[in-house]
Amino acid sequence: MNIVVCIKQVPGTTDVKISEKTNTLIREGVESIINPFDMYAIEEALKIKEKMSGKVIILCMGPPPAKEAIKEAIAMGADEGILLSDRAFAGSDTWATAYTLSMGIRKIGAYDLILCGKQAIDGDTAQVGPGVAEALGLPFVAYVRKIEEIREGYIRCDRMMEEGYEVIAMPLPALITVVKEINEPRLPSLKGMLRAKKAEVATWTAKDLSAEPANLGLTGSPTQVMKIFSPPQRPGGEMILGEIDEQVEKLVNRIRELKIV
Amino acid sequence: MNYFLTDEQKMIIELAHQVAVEKIAPVTEKYDESGEFPWDIVKILSDSDLFGLYIPEAYGGMGGGVLELVIAVEELSRVCGGISLSLAASALGTFPILLFGTDEQKKKYLPPLAKGTKLAAFGLTEANAGSDAGGIETTAKKDGDYFILNGTKQWITNGGEAETYTVIAMTDKKKGARGATAFILEKGMPGFSFGKKENKMGIRASATRELVFSDCKVPKDQILGKEGKGFIVAMKTLDQSRPGVAAQALGIAQGAFDRSIEYARQRVQFGLPIISFQAVNHMIADMAIQIEAARALVYECSRLIDSGAKDISKLSAMSKVFASDVAMKVTVDAVQVFGGYGYMKEYPVEKMMRDAKITQIYEGTNQIQRNVIAQELIKEQASKK
Repeated sequence: MNIVVCIKQVPGTTDVKISEKTNTLIREGVESIINPFDMYAIEEALKIKEKMSGKVIILCMGPPPAKEAIKEAIAMGADEGILLSDRAFAGSDTWATAYTLSMGIRKIGAYDLILCGKQAIDGDTAQVGPGVAEALGLPFVAYVRKIEEIREGYIRCDRMMEEGYEVIAMPLPALITVVKEINEPRLPSLKGMLRAKKAEVATWTAKDLSAEPANLGLTGSPTQVMKIFSPPQRPGGEMILGEIDEQVEKLVNRIRELKIV
Repeated sequence: MNYFLTDEQKMIIELAHQVAVEKIAPVTEKYDESGEFPWDIVKILSDSDLFGLYIPEAYGGMGGGVLELVIAVEELSRVCGGISLSLAASALGTFPILLFGTDEQKKKYLPPLAKGTKLAAFGLTEANAGSDAGGIETTAKKDGDYFILNGTKQWITNGGEAETYTVIAMTDKKKGARGATAFILEKGMPGFSFGKKENKMGIRASATRELVFSDCKVPKDQILGKEGKGFIVAMKTLDQSRPGVAAQALGIAQGAFDRSIEYARQRVQFGLPIISFQAVNHMIADMAIQIEAARALVYECSRLIDSGAKDISKLSAMSKVFASDVAMKVTVDAVQVFGGYGYMKEYPVEKMMRDAKITQIYEGTNQIQRNVIAQELIKEQASKK
């Protein structure tokens, strides 16, 4: 079973600063990590590989330093990694990103399953995984919390819902995005780290992907960011104190005052 | 300080650090309280390839030496000197096989020890044979192609948890030191059982237990080295393993230092962080001086051993004495820096102080180490004339 895991390198903090000029995240000087949700995707891929053999291929779109993220995944046990990197990819929104990743997957060719984290902790859109599946014309299930069964040409998994879960089966090849309930990512091993150090990570550019230039980067992105701002803090709530009867009376009066009912 | 570590060695430190901080730190208190054996962490250390650092690749290890073991034990001990011992004590039980085993014995026993799927232990000490290892009372009586072992080993680290044991027994009591022989024993051999599990002051996450032999029948090809060479096996093993104890001590000291400087910068008294008071910052400075000196000695000694040098007893003993004395001093001072908080279990340094004490005692008390050092010095001096 060949598995492609799509990962993203993100700032290793939630305390990100936004450039007022470009309305994008300031990444300089911030440590980068593998998007935490993608760690669960890597772990699940490695588990499937341990059970069924095959290969785990890491696919990442990003600037050249994102190779470090791929190497980290190789240290955990992934077999190989490919970086999609080109100035033409800069400024991609979720649509252009999904298109670019799907072109990378087309070039990889032989795959049975594509795994993604449910979303990246920087953009928080949760659109890229399903977008890749659409671009490839594959079935997909998002928010998977458990793979119940997987075999040649078939997968059955639990999709986490707000209340309970759904069991969904589909044919392979397919794509799933996973939530953190699915597993606990392993640490790297020393042998893996030594292998990662020597590993050659291929870099594919727009030309390598035979991608349509109009679909790439800022040009290929239907999304236009007009403004980014931090939302104003919500005002604190109001505490109603006293004995139960008193509280009820005060609450009813407040509701009347505010004309809620 | 720059110790000119290789990229691989830096990688070992990075990995051990990650295991220690992410996996061990959350459970140190739990295991210190319960005294249970931390099998879940052993599994993680095994998956990370940290058990086989010093074992040749031919036997499933990573092909490093004592220095590789030492830097890993130090990093793990920074967070918990008890849990790190599962790995360090397995090395103590593995060294005799590595040093004296036949190729067959190595092929049989080393791969699972290198992977960490099995643990090893070393059995020398007895109730009446501590510093005076010559007082061993466990006997191994020849019976055809077998030896019959009788006796009890005491305070054996990894006892009961390990699968592979290197045990020293008397095959000929009359010959004294020359009548001792080393055997490889396996858990589950008939007549080999485990006695009392000790309730200890520190390193509580480590298993310390009696090994009990009653008519334990051992095939003669389980002898390690030659019959009558048991003491040489034991002494050479200890020369090799002492830097491991030193590394454990060094790690505990470093951990206590890390916590102390962090606390001293936060704790405000008389309107100022206490680190701005000379009485406190000189203690912190002294900790740093001693730790750096201990590290230089421990790494240097490890490199000497890895170079294949023969005369390693003196430096090996020095590294153990110095690092363990530093660990004791530094952890006592760490509790002092924390003041009343330091005495409370809610804060981490009292455990470090309890864990540090054993490093001055086991694998040869620091007094015995000084004997070794003095003997070596006398020998050196005598050979000059």
